[in-house]
Amino acid sequence: MARLFRDARIRAWIFQAFLICGLALAVGTAIHNALTALDARGIATGLGFLSERAGFDLSESIIPYGPQNSFLRAFLAGLANTIAVSVAAIVLATTLGVLVGLARLSPNLLLARLARGYVELFRNTPQLVQIIFWYALLIALPRVRNALDLGGGFFLSNRGLNFPWIAQPIPGGVASAVIGIGFFAIVIVLCLPGRKRWRGRAMAAIALSSIAALIGCFLFGGVSTPALKGFSFSGGAVLSPEFIALFLGLSLYIAAFIAEIVRAGLAGVDRGQIEAAEALGLSQGRVLTSVRIPQALRIIVPPATAQYISLVKNSSLGVAIGYPELFNVSNSISTLSGQAIECMTIMGLLYLSTALAMSAAANAFNRFVQVTER
Amino acid sequence: MSKAIHWCGTVVPPRAAPRRDATVWTRLRNALFRTPMQGAITLVLALLLAGFAPGLVEWALIDAVWLPSDPAACTEPGAGACWAVVSEKYRVMLFGAFPYSEHWRALLAMLLIVAGFVYSAFPRHWRARLAAIWLGLLALVLWLMLGGFGLRPLSTSDWGGLPLTLILFAGTVTFGMPLSLFLALGRESQLPAFRWICIGMIELFRGLPLLVVLFLASLLIPLFLGDGMTIDKFVRALVGMVLFFGAYASEIIRGGLQALPRGQYESARALGLTYWPMMITVILPQALRIVVPALVNDIIRAFKNTSFVAVIGLFDFLGATKAALEDPLWVRYSLEAYLFLIAVYFAFCWTMSRYASWVERRLDISKRRGE
Repeated sequence: MARLFRDARIRAWIFQAFLICGLALAVGTAIHNALTALDARGIATGLGFLSERAGFDLSESIIPYGPQNSFLRAFLAGLANTIAVSVAAIVLATTLGVLVGLARLSPNLLLARLARGYVELFRNTPQLVQIIFWYALLIALPRVRNALDLGGGFFLSNRGLNFPWIAQPIPGGVASAVIGIGFFAIVIVLCLPGRKRWRGRAMAAIALSSIAALIGCFLFGGVSTPALKGFSFSGGAVLSPEFIALFLGLSLYIAAFIAEIVRAGLAGVDRGQIEAAEALGLSQGRVLTSVRIPQALRIIVPPATAQYISLVKNSSLGVAIGYPELFNVSNSISTLSGQAIECMTIMGLLYLSTALAMSAAANAFNRFVQVTER
Repeated sequence: MSKAIHWCGTVVPPRAAPRRDATVWTRLRNALFRTPMQGAITLVLALLLAGFAPGLVEWALIDAVWLPSDPAACTEPGAGACWAVVSEKYRVMLFGAFPYSEHWRALLAMLLIVAGFVYSAFPRHWRARLAAIWLGLLALVLWLMLGGFGLRPLSTSDWGGLPLTLILFAGTVTFGMPLSLFLALGRESQLPAFRWICIGMIELFRGLPLLVVLFLASLLIPLFLGDGMTIDKFVRALVGMVLFFGAYASEIIRGGLQALPRGQYESARALGLTYWPMMITVILPQALRIVVPALVNDIIRAFKNTSFVAVIGLFDFLGATKAALEDPLWVRYSLEAYLFLIAVYFAFCWTMSRYASWVERRLDISKRRGE
């Protein structure tokens, strides 16, 4: 017996067997306790509640949703809102992050210092505090009657941002769908196997046809500009203060991190590469687009992905200001149906699969931008 | 060596050394107006600054109301920022619902924690002893905050404000670091069962939003423990924070473990060391050294993330501020209160991020010296 125990392999097996038994015992006890507790409170377990009538409304929803719809539909509406605010925030975070990252490398002292100030300020304060700050700022704006006229039909008030949008509802819906479908079609083509050149052309074609469809929607549907009528706006479309606050809080915070990643990526390109390109007589612009950016992307993509995933996960902070995203909606469903564990599981799985899908897309993009080395 | 170089028969005269005695003005001109394009950028930015800055300064400083007189002073036309809200409510914002007469205890606890972090910042204190010091420090803090042994007894539901934030932060790091070490070693382990359990835990807690982890902890822990056992709300939040931090930090430590050359493992084995002596004396000291800057960044994130517990109903610095702003007299000045909040968080995080870059430079220097 003692000799058996001295063998490292056998010891490893005994140790692992104990570990698995202990874990199984702990999980079993936990589930048993949970089931008894739920039983004592008279709560049935299972996913049957998903088809029941939800009976509560959301303050806003991208997909059509009302109290008569099912709990399942409510989950989908929450997920759609999460995706909408995340996609919008990712676009702004990327644009702003790249600009600030470039500005930090600028030879202009003032520009570089301002960019650095932005990064330090937004990186070193909690995201939740930023979101709540933006929300406090937005609801402190003047009422609708004295809305700030930003020009071009854009009005800002404590009820959100009113902006011109397509007049007729059907082309308006089509236009919204085109933006969403175009975005995801590009992501899917990115993930497909095949030659880079083929996929690059397909993505350009999708982007161009989406833009053409959008222009078509605007021409066909006509534009309606918001106009003040009494105590509210008529015409146009509106973004709620909750959406804007969450959107700003998510994107401005992540943009500071993206800026640092972009700066490190551009600075990480070997100087010899740039000097060689200049020696070949390439113009400054060509050096940037054909030599510096392609090599910097290799450094930039992996950490930037982590930031985007963090952005989507932290969209759950919308619950603090009442934006009906997945976490918020799931909490409402959990309270109303009493099926807390099922709701937590569904929500957790949705977040996990979103994060996994994003990292798969990012890996595909990473392969796409990798410079083939000999 | 100052010899003129002969090149195709002509003599190239030596050039003058670049001037180093450039005045402030020359340097500024070079930094701001080197080319017409740079000059244009500078002018546009300067105009923008000149447009916004005076109004901001007027609002924040010149027209501001500073003293905690009645809130009516802030409603006068032409009044700027109402900092009076901070001077009126700072006790509630900083200490939450902690009993007024016992505030000195919370303040002392905060100072102890800050002192602990300052002590830990010196690389010469990075010994295994540090963990013991932190445990002792936390015990002292708990005595101050919970009372007993001669102090008035309090419970964690009395805690609030900055002390709660700092205790949560210190607890997250103190318990999260050992967990992350354990998970990182587990993920690299040769034992398949152990490895897969660790991978599952890491990926689960990294894939979920922190809010969801906190909710899971506060909802499921009581359910799983069964009736008859209750766990403090604060402890449940701490468990969630520790699990989340541990999962993220373990991936950083794993990076350090993988960055070590295989020869380190092999030579330790060749010397006859078994797993734990090898890890403790050879691998971990080197691996942890590499990842210190990344770990400090993760610790900064843990500090910022403590604010998430305000959502699950704890009165941390953010939660206490929100509670203070429920006073209908002052609710209109929430912007000023949040700006104060942002300034305090910024002071903590900025100091830590400066420290992170200092550590990074210092490690670089010692690496170049071949230490």
